[in-house]
Amino acid sequence: MKKLMLGNAAVARGLYEAGCGLISSYPGTPSTEITEEAAKYDEMYSEWAPNEKVAVEVAFGASLAGMRSCSVMKHVGLNVAADPLYTASYTGVNAGMIIVVADDAGMHSSQNEQDSRHYAIASKVPMLEPSDSSEALEFVKNAYDISEQFDTPVLLKMCTRIAHSQSVVETSEKVELPVKPYEKNIPKYVMMPGNAKRRHPFVEQRTRDLIAYAETTALNRVELGDTKLGIITSSTSYQYAREVFGEEVSILKLGLVNPLPVKLIKDFAEKVDKLVVVEELDSIIEDHCKQIGLDVTGKDLFPLEGEFSQSLIAEKLNMPVTTGIKLDDDIPQRPPVMCAGCPHRSMFYALSKNKVTVMGDIGCYTLGAVAPLSSIDLALCMGASVSSVHGFNKALGKSSEGKTVAVIGDSTFMHSGMTGLANIAYNQSNSTVIILDNSITGMTGHQQNPTTGYNIKGDPAGKIDLEKLCMALGIRRVRVVDPYDLDACNNAVKEELAADEPSVIISRRPCVLLKHVKNNPPLTIDEDKCKSCKLCMKLGCPAISMKDGKATVDATLCVGCNVCEQLCACNAFQA
Amino acid sequence: MMTKNIMIVGVGGQGSLLASKLLGHLLVNQGYDVKVSEVHGMSQRGGSVVTYVRFGDKVYSPVIDKGEADVIVSFEVLEAARWLEYLKPGGRVIVNTQQIDPMPVITGVAEYPEQLIEKMDALGVKIDGVDALPLAEEAGFSKAVNIVLMGRLSRYFDFSVEAWEESLIACVPAKAKEINLKAFTLGRA
Repeated sequence: MKKLMLGNAAVARGLYEAGCGLISSYPGTPSTEITEEAAKYDEMYSEWAPNEKVAVEVAFGASLAGMRSCSVMKHVGLNVAADPLYTASYTGVNAGMIIVVADDAGMHSSQNEQDSRHYAIASKVPMLEPSDSSEALEFVKNAYDISEQFDTPVLLKMCTRIAHSQSVVETSEKVELPVKPYEKNIPKYVMMPGNAKRRHPFVEQRTRDLIAYAETTALNRVELGDTKLGIITSSTSYQYAREVFGEEVSILKLGLVNPLPVKLIKDFAEKVDKLVVVEELDSIIEDHCKQIGLDVTGKDLFPLEGEFSQSLIAEKLNMPVTTGIKLDDDIPQRPPVMCAGCPHRSMFYALSKNKVTVMGDIGCYTLGAVAPLSSIDLALCMGASVSSVHGFNKALGKSSEGKTVAVIGDSTFMHSGMTGLANIAYNQSNSTVIILDNSITGMTGHQQNPTTGYNIKGDPAGKIDLEKLCMALGIRRVRVVDPYDLDACNNAVKEELAADEPSVIISRRPCVLLKHVKNNPPLTIDEDKCKSCKLCMKLGCPAISMKDGKATVDATLCVGCNVCEQLCACNAFQA
Repeated sequence: MMTKNIMIVGVGGQGSLLASKLLGHLLVNQGYDVKVSEVHGMSQRGGSVVTYVRFGDKVYSPVIDKGEADVIVSFEVLEAARWLEYLKPGGRVIVNTQQIDPMPVITGVAEYPEQLIEKMDALGVKIDGVDALPLAEEAGFSKAVNIVLMGRLSRYFDFSVEAWEESLIACVPAKAKEINLKAFTLGRA
């Protein structure tokens, strides 16, 4: 049956059709919908794990037990999961195992744009890269076959434009696979030095076998046209190249991007007058071509940064580029902002007002760095707020302890914040950590996590009590505030920073976008009372603006959180 | 046929994903090859968002580049101006006349440019301004601006009203069916 499907949904469909039995993932744009869509198939067990390392190890356990498994993450998630990846390359698998990794060239929703292909090379694991939804579905099946044939985990690399683009797919029936028997095999699965030494040559031979496979597999295909120009490419770059040249160019389209073939590429190079590699981010195919002695053009024309497009390729390869018309006006930027009624806002206001240095983290609350709150000093990676506030305070001692905090969300705290808190308790810095508990994983679109009490299907699940967890980690001062209470936020910040021991403030209120959260009626302004002091503008609420010198509330955005009403010195806001 | 390009632009949270889902459903039912490219994640938090819808005999790229869009449907005035460069010469802009201040305007570091619709018109752009918010409210849901605008877009294609409505019903929850059908009809009228 033919239907339009998001690339991520197509991966989930591929998992279903290939007989995958277990998916364990941590959400991250642009990968999240794969696991969400997979959870809609009752035939597969799916879960949100606390982080990507846990998720890959869960998937590995299922593979070991004999069930096809999968773990899904964004590019930076693979950094977290790198540890099991490198050694699972040595052990190989029992039933097939796939790790799906979604890169974000262009950084639509990421803190860097690392190229995940490096992980495939470094861990010596094969990597497949689809160029549309149809291939996303089929490549999952190919990946399981390769995994089982070559005894290896397989990486499937997505990117934003494949993950978040819909194109037409043909679905088919699910294959029924029995669970493979598990047999104890200490030399294969127990990676202590003596065994690992014997597995390493296996890994190297496997790579040689996979290179031979890469020469002939249908995953890599030559599409011969005019031979003046030959393009080697993969993924979405293939689509851009076809968009520019139509059928009139010769293309070697790579679906297996690690390991790369040698003879196939050399033969293609011989057939064309000029060879160009078109690849987003790093020069991996290009470097390979140069290593095998080919004269090739690549990053001397194309950027290492950002996403490509048809215009970029047309421009670099001297084809006509379309242009449009512009207005003369300066168009103001529209950066993302915290939503009206976001429970994080008032805590950031309190931090900003008290001139606190704020180690930030990864989530919606990274937007606390945006003007006018401009509250956050650092955003590095998941969990870094808690660990770095400790380092910052160790470096500066008392001069920073009373005016520096970490802010981290509930899901991010469970992901990798709690180990940092254990370090604070163990190595004793007088640090204050604020857990912005909005009772959901917000930025990625509302995924459950170990603190919410619900699983991926929305059914009741185990629930970790953040207060007890922080206390168990050795923090004696743990307090909970309602962030819609501006005074409570202010007092909590002042008192915990003044305390002479480590502390945790849990700022708790569910995300305002959650369906079960009931909004209050929008506020109105009493224009006679508004003295145009613009104090309310310091909240950076998208529902409040100044019109004709007076504050005004956008009734379509306001959810009646009343934080502005508490702040206003003129009592101009009316509930 | 040549590939046709529709861009849907607006402010994160205005419902561009549903609009593109509706279009994708409709165009596949009409037998076209279709690609739709969406934005998820951080930009959905009140940022500028863009969705590309492309259809034809064979569609390669999932994105639309400068000077390529046959139609831009903008959910907000400033966003129409921001993405104008993507319009093909002779292309059409359908714009909701609603203005939503971005944060730099709210904080006073930038000004919302005036008379953008008139200025686009003066450049020779075929422009169709729609007061979509009152129509959405009339349909019974202020957030149905997206469907009002899809109703307006439907004027410029030869697909039957029934085909649009069939796709609309397939894309919205059953309980929201009537409101959305009304929003679509008001937008098309």
